[in-house]
Amino acid sequence: MFGYSGKILHIDLAKRKSWVEPKAEPWYKTYIGGTSMATRLCWENIEAGCDPLAPGNPICIAGGLFAGTPVPVGGKWGIASKSPLTGFIADSLSGSWFAVALKRSGWDGIVIHGASPDWVYILVDDDVVTFRPASHLLGKGTFATEEAIREELGDDQVRSATIGPAGEKGVLYANVTNDGRQAGRTGHGAVWGSKKLKALSVRGTGDVKVADPETLLKLALDISKTAQGPYTEKYRVLGTASNVLNMNRLGLLPTRNYQEGEFEHAESISGEYLKEHHAVKTVACAGCPIACEQMRRVNDGPYTGAMSGIEYESLYAVSSNLGIGDVRVAIKLIELCDQGGMDSMSGGVTLGWAMETFERGVFKKEDFKCKKYPEGFEPNFGNGEAAVALCEMIINREGIGDLLALGTRKASAKVDAERGSETYKWAMHIKGLENPGYDLRGLKTFALGASVVPRGGCHNRSAAYDVDISGEADRFSVDEKRGALAKDSEEYAAVYDTLPLCKFIRRCFTGKADRAGAWPVIAKLINATTGWDMGYDDVDMIGVHCITIKKAFNIREGWTRKDDHLPWRTQHEAMTKGKSANCMVTEKELEYMKDQYYEAKGWTKKGLIPKEQLVKLGMEDLAKEIGV
Amino acid sequence: MTTSTSKYQYICNDPEKCVGCQFCEYACSFNKTGSFNVYRSRIRTVRAHEIVAASITCRTCEDAPCVLACPRDALTQDAETGVIHVDAERCDGCAWCVEACDFGAISINPGTKRAEMCDQCADNEEGPQCVKWCPKGALELTTPDRRAQKARHELILEEVTAAKK
Repeated sequence: MFGYSGKILHIDLAKRKSWVEPKAEPWYKTYIGGTSMATRLCWENIEAGCDPLAPGNPICIAGGLFAGTPVPVGGKWGIASKSPLTGFIADSLSGSWFAVALKRSGWDGIVIHGASPDWVYILVDDDVVTFRPASHLLGKGTFATEEAIREELGDDQVRSATIGPAGEKGVLYANVTNDGRQAGRTGHGAVWGSKKLKALSVRGTGDVKVADPETLLKLALDISKTAQGPYTEKYRVLGTASNVLNMNRLGLLPTRNYQEGEFEHAESISGEYLKEHHAVKTVACAGCPIACEQMRRVNDGPYTGAMSGIEYESLYAVSSNLGIGDVRVAIKLIELCDQGGMDSMSGGVTLGWAMETFERGVFKKEDFKCKKYPEGFEPNFGNGEAAVALCEMIINREGIGDLLALGTRKASAKVDAERGSETYKWAMHIKGLENPGYDLRGLKTFALGASVVPRGGCHNRSAAYDVDISGEADRFSVDEKRGALAKDSEEYAAVYDTLPLCKFIRRCFTGKADRAGAWPVIAKLINATTGWDMGYDDVDMIGVHCITIKKAFNIREGWTRKDDHLPWRTQHEAMTKGKSANCMVTEKELEYMKDQYYEAKGWTKKGLIPKEQLVKLGMEDLAKEIGV
Repeated sequence: MTTSTSKYQYICNDPEKCVGCQFCEYACSFNKTGSFNVYRSRIRTVRAHEIVAASITCRTCEDAPCVLACPRDALTQDAETGVIHVDAERCDGCAWCVEACDFGAISINPGTKRAEMCDQCADNEEGPQCVKWCPKGALELTTPDRRAQKARHELILEEVTAAKK
């Protein structure tokens, strides 16, 4: 086989041993890599129905088909477990040199079982696995941990995926970091922490053998050249923070915990403002010719010196969403999240929930007592100092931070049970995963897309906002086409997430990002790497397989139709300002669109997968367990 | 601070432009070995800090310390180009040259156990592949003197533009 080694590495943290599992070509052709392969490994290795923080929940890592080759934006890897936030599939991606080291180490995937009695980190040194003590690394931030391991092993080619203090303490939306990038969402850091695994380090020195290196190189060179042109300008110049003003104009920029979609200080948190006042440098993931990571630094005020890579999704969550118009606070908050090893989106949205809960009088000043503020403090929207204090309290699980570490769904349920309140009405999550930076009330197709995504509230697994914003669909009303549109968007994204390739390259293949523009070139890349003979339809099937295995995982973990929901606010409260004012997605609209979506997928009215379809997809073993 | 006072051309990286993508390493390793293995690249990318990325290769020093250090006279420097040649017959992989290089630009090939370094793609008509490939135009085949000229030029242009404003 070209492009793969044909081997999965299994590691048991409790028994301190490792073993090799060979896999055959048909398995790779179905699951390819990234989120699809990681989810499949999780399907095969989890104790179904287990507590996500119990030893029976494995850490499943899958390499990228193109990692370690010059294919642009192919330096990515995927990770899956059962999510401690949602109880369903947790699947994330990250672009980094770790992905390249993993590929060169000769493993197509790594499954980590059990839990260690003491804190350890694992070193995968090509084909040698060692368990190394990690108690001296505890409390260290993510970047510092990577540095310390490189120093300890005396080799700067060692690449580590690590957790920060948030993961050690079990913040449910803690994440896994590598080279300053995150496998950010759904709480992988908490799973690692529950296993007392501080880091996974990899040294890979082997060649990556591909079927037709010359063709691959030529394709890569062409795409890389195109990627310097207009198709990626947005990402290269301002990065994704360029979305702030666009979303604000559309009335979709989440403001004060999604109460409104228009923020009066949008200018001062915009990508344009950040570039003018806070620019330091632009950096790239491994093998990326675009380079979108805009490093921004605070140059004055109490947070002088704070620096972080600013993405739109982190930015909205900790600025407009908290009513904070001072972007220096946002840079500080994102730095805290990144170094502490915690998802800045879920973190920001949880802070938003806490602020609203305070403003509505459920939380009192004395609920916010901590070492720094023994009398407590008043976290009104816009109070940056309070946001920073709360963020630190979450990472350390100090005071009320212990509650906020549970995320909006669990925290609101706990508070409502204890105090008889109704804070769930402003807990902005889907399936327990906090929502992304688009107000769903003004995006009907995306509201459907987001509600059905297997991992919960997310902008990455469904990009159905594209058709809403481009005008292909009317974003303020519902018609009979939405199910098919949501299905198309989700399966399109799943192809990228499975290979994985970063979606920012999508227009650079031919100038057109649609299937007709992208799939033929992606097929060529796959074939030059593997020697297979894939065509347009085969590429399309990659996405179908990916969604199917994720959905199957969820069904086995107890998913029912009511789990494809929207936040209460999205369905019951309209915005009063901006271009998306007076909109909601009603229960009737959502259920109507869900019917369409399940039908488009060929699933039952209850959203379950027919045996017949699974057999047709070559997934017979799934049919036995969850097919109807 | 290590310095090179060379009159020779070398492949120079502008860390302001470099984003740390490693394309140079793929181009080099493919050109030299036919495979994609960044460990076999003769130009190496370094990401030393969240915002520092650059790649480094042979600086073609005058009176090159690696040549002087070689106990078996396996290394010679081309008088015209400054490129260092390794005589694979004489080299025994002792790595004294690796130690002598202030720029960390030499490595021992784990397969052949011979020293390897950048030869500016002497074997490729197109010239240095890393320069050709760099998507950000961060690499350049140049001399220290030409770099200085360029720096002066850019500085003056900047001042003039500022004055006009």
